[in-house]
Amino acid sequence: MSNVPADLRFLKSHEWARLEADGTITVGISDHAQQALGDLVFVEAPEPGRHVNAGEAAAVVESVKAASDVFSPVSGEVVASNADLGGQPELINQDPYGAGWIMRVRPDDKAQFASMLDAKAYAAALAAETH
Amino acid sequence: MGLRTPLFDTHVAAGARTVDFGGWDMPVNYGSQIEEHHAVRRAAGMFDVSHMCVVDLRGDRVREFLRRLLANDVAKLTQPGKALYSCMLRDHGGVIDDLIVYYMDDHWYRMVVNAGTRDKDLEWLREVAAGYGVAVEPRTDLAMIAVQGPDARQKAASVIDPAIAQRALEIEPFFGIDAGSLFIARTGYTGEDGFEIMLHADQAVAMWQKLREAGVAPCGLGARDTLRLEAGMNLYGNDMDETTSPLESGLGWTVAWEPQDRDFIGRGALAAQKASGDTRKLVGLLVEGRAVLRSHQKVMVPAVGEGEITSGTFSPTLQRSIGFARVPAKTGDRCEVEIRGRLVAARVVRPPFVRNGKVAIAL
Repeated sequence: MSNVPADLRFLKSHEWARLEADGTITVGISDHAQQALGDLVFVEAPEPGRHVNAGEAAAVVESVKAASDVFSPVSGEVVASNADLGGQPELINQDPYGAGWIMRVRPDDKAQFASMLDAKAYAAALAAETH
Repeated sequence: MGLRTPLFDTHVAAGARTVDFGGWDMPVNYGSQIEEHHAVRRAAGMFDVSHMCVVDLRGDRVREFLRRLLANDVAKLTQPGKALYSCMLRDHGGVIDDLIVYYMDDHWYRMVVNAGTRDKDLEWLREVAAGYGVAVEPRTDLAMIAVQGPDARQKAASVIDPAIAQRALEIEPFFGIDAGSLFIARTGYTGEDGFEIMLHADQAVAMWQKLREAGVAPCGLGARDTLRLEAGMNLYGNDMDETTSPLESGLGWTVAWEPQDRDFIGRGALAAQKASGDTRKLVGLLVEGRAVLRSHQKVMVPAVGEGEITSGTFSPTLQRSIGFARVPAKTGDRCEVEIRGRLVAARVVRPPFVRNGKVAIAL
């Protein structure tokens, strides 16, 4: 069974988001997503300074098996992306909620984060997907 | 729920993720596909290939039957146990399946065909065999485990009956032996040395566990695909099917044109295609940048035409993307592939990409 941390918010498309103390939002892909993709081999994260819209494909993760878009859960400016993933895409497999984070966004509107699925709702969505 | 091999529960208990493959629930990986891939290149890994269909062909005219049925010529098999890779064709030259056939004795050949094509293969075999009085017997009682890698033969020999082990280690490449409870062949689908072991289904779990204890890594179909692609081996359904001939599939070397009077099924169509000259060909591709080839991506060959990726992946050994593409015959040494809306440069190379643990192309 995949790990769904209680303190994170999620999209049905398997991105997670964490609200940081400085008001920015860190985004990655869920444990379920990394398991489904298998070993990651390339990550294309957005350049800091780029403005992304909620629901926009902001990054691409590519595994041995498939390429997948990573949708930004919020609209805002990308303030950082995880440079370590360039040389170690496997960080997403090893630690999807920690060292495998993909980008950090300063949201235009904080309400978008609040409208994401909470852990319970995401876990329920996963359960529905696998049955 | 799909069909399950005798090892299914063992795979699930080992944490395998399973996928449907040709109607079978098969392990795709046990954690990391890349680690499984490296285990085979560097030491030893094993695959449950019990979904593949073993067929025994028996009869006084079985050799004559196979010389009609197959595009390659079993007359090349003069020593008992010797194996031959061949395509089985329709009259129009399309590939029904690719297979391995072992010459056991003058009245018995053993064939291994793909899981996904099993039903149509058996139907075709029986249809053609009827004219030769050859009995077609699918061996559903057998399981099959492929043990592959530089250490595979030694590790496998360490867990089988000592009375058989020495004989097993003396098997020459591309030969198999019928050793009573085990059929052991020095064949595989990874580009490494190793064995494919057929055994009774009720012995499969015990054999798997013993191999596991000997340090052989369980590997799934994910690693099997990256290994075979690096080794330059075709996958039926991806790289060839009934709409393509062996000549368009990089398998011209498996078509035995001599002797000229051997009238194998599909010969006329292949000869016509060869005479027309302007056919397509299957080539290996190496991507220059950071993008991954996938089946069905469009290939552009400037001033020549277009083609399509038939198999593509990320090569764990080369750390680059590799693949096969079906392209116009006049394609030279470069092309471009449309990958997620971008054109990516690729070099045409001659497979295998990797053989016996070593890079076999210029990077």
